[in-house]
Amino acid sequence: MSKAALVILLFWVAAAMAAAWLTPDIIHLDFILCSPNHAHWLGNDDLGRDILARLCAGARVSLTVAATVTLVTFSVGTSVGLVAGYFGGWLDRLLMNITDVFLAFPGILLAIAFAAVLGYGVNNLILALCLTSWVGYARLTRAQTLALRGRQHVLAAQVLGASTPRILLHHLFPLLLAPLLVEATFSIASLIIAEASLSFLGLGIQAPSASWGAMLRDGTRYLLVAPHYVLAVGVSLMSLVLAVNMLGDALRDRLDVRNEC
Amino acid sequence: MLFKRLLAVIPVVFGVLLLTFLLVHLIPGDPVEVMLGESATSADRTQLRADLGLDQPLPTQFANYLGKLAQGDFGRSIHSHNEISSVLAERIPATAKLALLALAIALLIGLPLGIVAALHHLHWPDRLATLSSLTLSAMPHFWLGPLLMLVFALWLGWLPVSGMESGSSIFLPALTLACGLAAILTRMTRASLLETLNEDFVRTARAKGLPERLVVLRHALNPALLPVVTVIGLQLGSLLAGAVITETVFGWEGIGRLLVESIEKRDYPVTQACVLVIALTYVLVNLLTDLAYGQLDPRVGRGK
Repeated sequence: MSKAALVILLFWVAAAMAAAWLTPDIIHLDFILCSPNHAHWLGNDDLGRDILARLCAGARVSLTVAATVTLVTFSVGTSVGLVAGYFGGWLDRLLMNITDVFLAFPGILLAIAFAAVLGYGVNNLILALCLTSWVGYARLTRAQTLALRGRQHVLAAQVLGASTPRILLHHLFPLLLAPLLVEATFSIASLIIAEASLSFLGLGIQAPSASWGAMLRDGTRYLLVAPHYVLAVGVSLMSLVLAVNMLGDALRDRLDVRNEC
Repeated sequence: MLFKRLLAVIPVVFGVLLLTFLLVHLIPGDPVEVMLGESATSADRTQLRADLGLDQPLPTQFANYLGKLAQGDFGRSIHSHNEISSVLAERIPATAKLALLALAIALLIGLPLGIVAALHHLHWPDRLATLSSLTLSAMPHFWLGPLLMLVFALWLGWLPVSGMESGSSIFLPALTLACGLAAILTRMTRASLLETLNEDFVRTARAKGLPERLVVLRHALNPALLPVVTVIGLQLGSLLAGAVITETVFGWEGIGRLLVESIEKRDYPVTQACVLVIALTYVLVNLLTDLAYGQLDPRVGRGK
């Protein structure tokens, strides 16, 4: 199962890289909403553009956004969690109150709100997703740090006079890495969905750039005449999300991480 | 325990209010200019700035915002100049109906499927349930919605494509919302029941010679469903967030659709009000879930 998932993921990564050589924006007026044909394997969209090429370009956007946001939020969230869990006290209470407020907005609502006020475009999309998705890492890291900070080796390091950054980075962080990696994998899947959701609502990637969310929105409009459009994009999105989730499951089993938070 | 839980909600609600209040101030540049567009006259701008209270210092603005909210006053829409509270009163019932029907469908699918899966652990019903719940959780609403629309409205012709005109219009959006939740409920019920079936009291019941049906129904099911209650509470809030997308797909005139429309029109007071209402509902539902959990499980809360 996880091998199949890896193959699917690698396929989309390769497709995303290949997008640089494809021409997703070329309009073929004779092929408007054509179903799959020899020249265009997955058919054409409402402007006669090649759906396969646009899927690859969309994968590129999707994976780039997910990877960027994951890198940023992983670092920020983990740092916040480490500091809150290690120092405790008022700082911990303050930081955890802030995460509570962020968690009070269900699902993608806060990202929608941020994207709406920040304005459109890929940079603001990334910013909106970063602003909302560091919280999970912070909570997870804090809970683990709390459990670990009383360990013998941490006390030993303190007694030997190790600096606080050294204790956090060399004595605590490596022990947190396994659950954090699992969390990061699952968060990539939800970020792919989140990016598509915002683009679907018209808040993310703007035309003429390709994105899976915007393609699904356009495809829904032509559902009756060109069902292949929605089906192609939907199946692609589903395959990628499913693959990443399955890899997350496999990673969790491999690293023996239990669902704690 | 009850009092402590209620106390803990206060800073969260305050934070939610502060964050939604600050949303408008996150608009890059001049919010009034963004809302009115370039064609507005300077008199219009001054007027709107005064209406929104943007010409006052931030703390005063926030205090005024809270004061008006306390009276149920969400301000007026920039676009239609209607009272936002009356627009909300129009839209909220539609979303509530949708969410409750979705919850009912999800329970009808999720609970039996989870129970069957747990009772046939590692056999084909279990594998089928696990696989379908994994697949469904990888199908966001904006992909599942069009797919259901394609199958049930366009190919089979059983239900209307979208809109709210006929009574059966609600089924497709409700089913769209329900599927993801049903998947989660299946997984949770399965896992929880499997765990309970390993407990000592279940072994005792079996040792007494009770038929397996009674062991499951009378002894294992009740405690197994407790964690599922929490999940339902948490997910009811996510249903509201999911409604934003689903209502957009199906043209369902609820609060989610209102939110998206207000963003498209840059009608930020309405955006602010929708976000606030959804978030506060979520906080409230979570609180009620916590309290209900304490009531349902005699092991929780009494001793502490």
